[in-house]
Amino acid sequence: MTTTTPSAIGQPLDRVDGRPKVTGHARYSAEIPVPDTAYAYVVGSRIAAGRVTDIDVSAARAEEGVLAVLTHRNLPRIAEQPPLIPSLAGTAAPGQTFFPMQDDTVHYAGQQIAVVIADTWERAQHAARLVRVSYAESTPVTTLDQGRDDTYVPEKIFGGWIPGRIERGDVAAGLAEADVLVDGTFTYAANNHNPIEPACTTAQWEGDELLLYDTTQGVNATQMTVSRLLGLPMSKIRVMGHYVGGSFGCKAMIHAHSALAAMAAREVGRPVKLVLTREQMFTSVGHREEQEQHLTMGATRDGRLTAIRHHKLSPTSHFDDWAEPSIGVSSEIYACPNYEGVYRLFRANTMTPTFMRAPGEASGMYALECSMDELAHELGMDPVELRLRNYTDVDAMSGRPWSSSGQRECYERGARRFGWAGRDPRPGTRREGNWLIGTGMAAACYPVAPPANPQRARARLYADGTAVVQAATPDFGTGVATVMTQVAAEGLGVSVDRCRFENGDTDLPNIAAAVGSAGAGMISAAVHAAATGLREQLIKRAVTDPRSPLHGADTVDVVVRDGVMIAGTATDAYTELLQRNFQPDAEASGQWSPPSGDVPYGMMTFGAQFAEVAVDAELGLVRVRRMTGAFAPGRVLNARTARSQLTGGMLWGLGQALLEANYMNPDTGRWVNSNLGEYLVAVNADAPDVDVELIEVEDSIVNPLGVKGVGEIGQVGAAAAIANAVHHATGRRVRKLPITIEDLL
Amino acid sequence: MSARGPALTERGAALEERGPGPVRVRLSVNGTEHTLDIEPRVSLLDALRERLDLTGAKKGCDQGTCGACTVWVDGRRVLACLTLAMTCEGREVTTVEGLAGEGELHEMQRAFIAEDAFQCGFCTPGQIMSAVALIEEGHAGNDAEIKEWMSGNICRCAAYPHIRAAIRAVRDRA
Amino acid sequence: MRPITYLRATDTATAVAAVSTDPTSDFLAGGTTEVDLLRQNVLNPRRLVDINDLPLTGIEGTPDGGLRIGALARMSDVAAAPVVRERFPLIAQALELGASAQLRNMASMGGNLLQRVRCSYFRDAESACNKREPGTGCSAIEGFSRGHAVLGTSEHCIATHPSDVAVALTALDTRVHTLGPNGERAYPVDDFFLLPGDSPHREHPLEHGELITGIEVPAMPLARHSLYLKVRDRESYEFALVSVALALSVMNGTIADVRMALGGVATKPWRARRAEDFLIGAATVRDNFALAARVEMADARPTPMNAFKVELAQRAIVRALDTLGDGTGPGAGSGSSP
Repeated sequence: MTTTTPSAIGQPLDRVDGRPKVTGHARYSAEIPVPDTAYAYVVGSRIAAGRVTDIDVSAARAEEGVLAVLTHRNLPRIAEQPPLIPSLAGTAAPGQTFFPMQDDTVHYAGQQIAVVIADTWERAQHAARLVRVSYAESTPVTTLDQGRDDTYVPEKIFGGWIPGRIERGDVAAGLAEADVLVDGTFTYAANNHNPIEPACTTAQWEGDELLLYDTTQGVNATQMTVSRLLGLPMSKIRVMGHYVGGSFGCKAMIHAHSALAAMAAREVGRPVKLVLTREQMFTSVGHREEQEQHLTMGATRDGRLTAIRHHKLSPTSHFDDWAEPSIGVSSEIYACPNYEGVYRLFRANTMTPTFMRAPGEASGMYALECSMDELAHELGMDPVELRLRNYTDVDAMSGRPWSSSGQRECYERGARRFGWAGRDPRPGTRREGNWLIGTGMAAACYPVAPPANPQRARARLYADGTAVVQAATPDFGTGVATVMTQVAAEGLGVSVDRCRFENGDTDLPNIAAAVGSAGAGMISAAVHAAATGLREQLIKRAVTDPRSPLHGADTVDVVVRDGVMIAGTATDAYTELLQRNFQPDAEASGQWSPPSGDVPYGMMTFGAQFAEVAVDAELGLVRVRRMTGAFAPGRVLNARTARSQLTGGMLWGLGQALLEANYMNPDTGRWVNSNLGEYLVAVNADAPDVDVELIEVEDSIVNPLGVKGVGEIGQVGAAAAIANAVHHATGRRVRKLPITIEDLL
Repeated sequence: MSARGPALTERGAALEERGPGPVRVRLSVNGTEHTLDIEPRVSLLDALRERLDLTGAKKGCDQGTCGACTVWVDGRRVLACLTLAMTCEGREVTTVEGLAGEGELHEMQRAFIAEDAFQCGFCTPGQIMSAVALIEEGHAGNDAEIKEWMSGNICRCAAYPHIRAAIRAVRDRA
Repeated sequence: MRPITYLRATDTATAVAAVSTDPTSDFLAGGTTEVDLLRQNVLNPRRLVDINDLPLTGIEGTPDGGLRIGALARMSDVAAAPVVRERFPLIAQALELGASAQLRNMASMGGNLLQRVRCSYFRDAESACNKREPGTGCSAIEGFSRGHAVLGTSEHCIATHPSDVAVALTALDTRVHTLGPNGERAYPVDDFFLLPGDSPHREHPLEHGELITGIEVPAMPLARHSLYLKVRDRESYEFALVSVALALSVMNGTIADVRMALGGVATKPWRARRAEDFLIGAATVRDNFALAARVEMADARPTPMNAFKVELAQRAIVRALDTLGDGTGPGAGSGSSP
């Protein structure tokens, strides 16, 4: 496909990695051929609380092919435990501040207590079973009901980024003056990311240098975390990860297996591949915590919010104060003078929960947007109208104007595409055979979070006119390799088919982990800087080259199309310029430093969700018939990949609404359904066709290209729209996720 | 090497017991004969991925619950994770690497690219092997049928509507 | 997965001899249960006898209107066979609503009847489980039991029988044919599945090494008017929470004959004889359907977590009867699209 340069950005270009992915030639991190690789298999704790009193590894060690068995008795101590800081900060980013197998303590079921290394996977897997562990078990605390009487309000949550309590105005007074009150307790099952590619790390030592093939959202995050844990200089660690088979947050932080693979490889003196099993994916890479939210809102008869009180209760680990920030957005997106948000935590026998797609927003907006629907119903007001009535052009918490919004257009165009107008608001009035039909809507929003550090990229143009642009980031399905090819091509002024984006390697310029929907914005900023920097360098060279037809031209008058610099009628091609000067290539680095300190804007991506469900009220079945989402993600770099991500996010909302749950056995502290047969994610039959409307808004604040990101907002509000549609269909207000058959009988 | 137990003779049939150590196994994959020395407990999936360096079939669960390992045995779509490699002796195994000639794309592969029917790509080889089989089985008649008969392949990126579009495109071209 | 040896059997008698003379041998057919549970360390055979080459794959209609299915016929082939679809729609529907297309291509009919339960305490190879390790106790009764059985349970086990097609076969007075060390036998399907009682590890009466060779479904004209209704959280690729296999013959608004079995709610495929007895001769009105359902579920013993299944099963029975009882033809299971 050849695209003329000025419009490379935004084009629905085919994915540049499409061919390797559809042919099976794309190599994911467990698939790099490394000679003499041994296989590591993790043994997890059977108990959730207590101590390992004995580990007998003799039977495992005696198995043919077993090279080593590591336990807390012989695993080297880590050099240092770095603090838990979200990987967007661009520093070391462990998933929790506890590293396993340093002593005999067991904090949670599934915690790594041994690693068996053997010459084949089958042998390692079998020998792991032969490791005999004795425990001293104490009573675990894992569930809300076990923990709710012993809670605390943390000073900060989420790796120290979010305060445990936020307030404005006087909520009690606001509720007292309300004409209508809505009050509800919402409960949420724990959720697991379950990318189809399990987490894995292949570790290879050469002398004191370490090479890791890692499944990660940030190779630099892996590098920095392992460096700190092992006490190894950064210069001695290289991390690669070109293809990542999905993450959704579970590869956003660096969990223990990456360092354990390196330690295992050092122990056996061979490369080691460590792949988590599907079951281990439920206990080794974080999860979205089980939680309960209590939301009270008051409004005047004409639908103006007077107060919102939003409290959350959830378990955290014994070592970190973690809660996904479910409360943030409810404080920001509606004009409401009085607000109170409080996180309450209790210590539980769990690993530290972690980011999971729309961490906080997906759960918080369920409570907020179901409450708004209930309020609309109480007021006899259209749900879209209620939201418009409480629209705010400023972040209601900070009072700062939005850097860009588009929220009204999302409501309007989403409603139009969905066919919302003329909806009969009365519940339970539409029936088709055994099915009751209902429609619902919800607002969507997701904060724009800039990285903390400079983001870098490098652009190189060869004398034949082809270009390579580099940045460290992996592509875990977002399409970043594709869109950065477009950004680079446009910046350089070459066609996209002459441009290759190289990524997924710490030897390339540093990029923070692509998390929080920040990837497209921050990486495009760096790539754009590198590509335009190189273009300017070449133009400058041409206008100062006496042999160039552009000699003497003013650089500002020069444009570049398809690799040809043009000033008026004079032209000079990049290729001719370089060849004429015996220059094999030209290269430039680019850097984007995000604004430091306070930005005087609220930065948020907005959207609106609409869903139609059919409910078989007799059998309790809910089927989503169609979904429409309208989103305003700033500038869209590639409409096709953006739509795909938004579609996926909306269907994640469907899963969150109706399917996804892991359940805890309170007596043992072990998860019950840690497999894909019982932890239900949507299959093809569950997924309706999804209509995505993109509303581009200009934003000159968030980053140079005005990109606000599409990775997560697709999920936000989708579960609420479905739950509101279920209410419309049946008259039943279910404040629990997932909504399952027994809730509707 | 091959540990061989006593031949059992019952009604004239001699059975050769092989294993538990590595035994010589002949596998025909994508039309090529391979000879492997593997333990009988090795799955077809691990034989492909860890011994033959054919990593197109993916290990997503190893429990028959995700479909990422879908390959064809004698032309039928099956799960390589629950198939022991030895049981495929004398049968023809086809993986995504063998779907089209070297350097070529099967029309389903082209349709997956054109419809953006994947994101991370990890389930994609399994989806494609299922999708091609689906049309050959005659189960791509309408969207409801495609949905049901493609439900054995989980796509966590949830590209399902686009996967259906790719299948429709190939079906309608036929 | 423990180390195993492997041999491939070429005739049925040899296969039976090989397994029956060695307590540590198992048959290997489609592998969808055997390989899965070997890897989970729930099953621990030392030797697998591969029976996939045995000539037991036939699917044929009998002249009197019945059906003979070889034990190694694959679920997908049985579901696709015109004679099955025509004479016994409920069998085809039950098969196609089970597992996934890939698993149905692999799994044999005999293996399907012998598939093991999905109870997570059975599968984890760690929890107390009387089925896996007799005498250790049942973790499910006090544990997470949303998917567990409400009928046919005991204080030792409440695991749900997972098969769909076994439910259809149970409604149809099927016979299971075997070849064992002591020769051929045939079991009425209802005797083939055992209640857990105080020996939940014994799920069927087969001796070690006794091989299912075939399934015989007797002629049953009313089965042409039949359905399999499956209720589950996910729309596909999931085991049943409740299922109903139903064949119904209605004459002048009265039920002339009926066969019903339930899945997802019982420790074995549950023949709903009480409901059948109630329904024969009854008018096809909703009140009768509801009464029949209530009668069938009267002895249900739910846990707090699966109590909803008692109600859900009744509603599913009524729905199935409604669907067939109005004479408009067989339903399409839970696949009936909204």
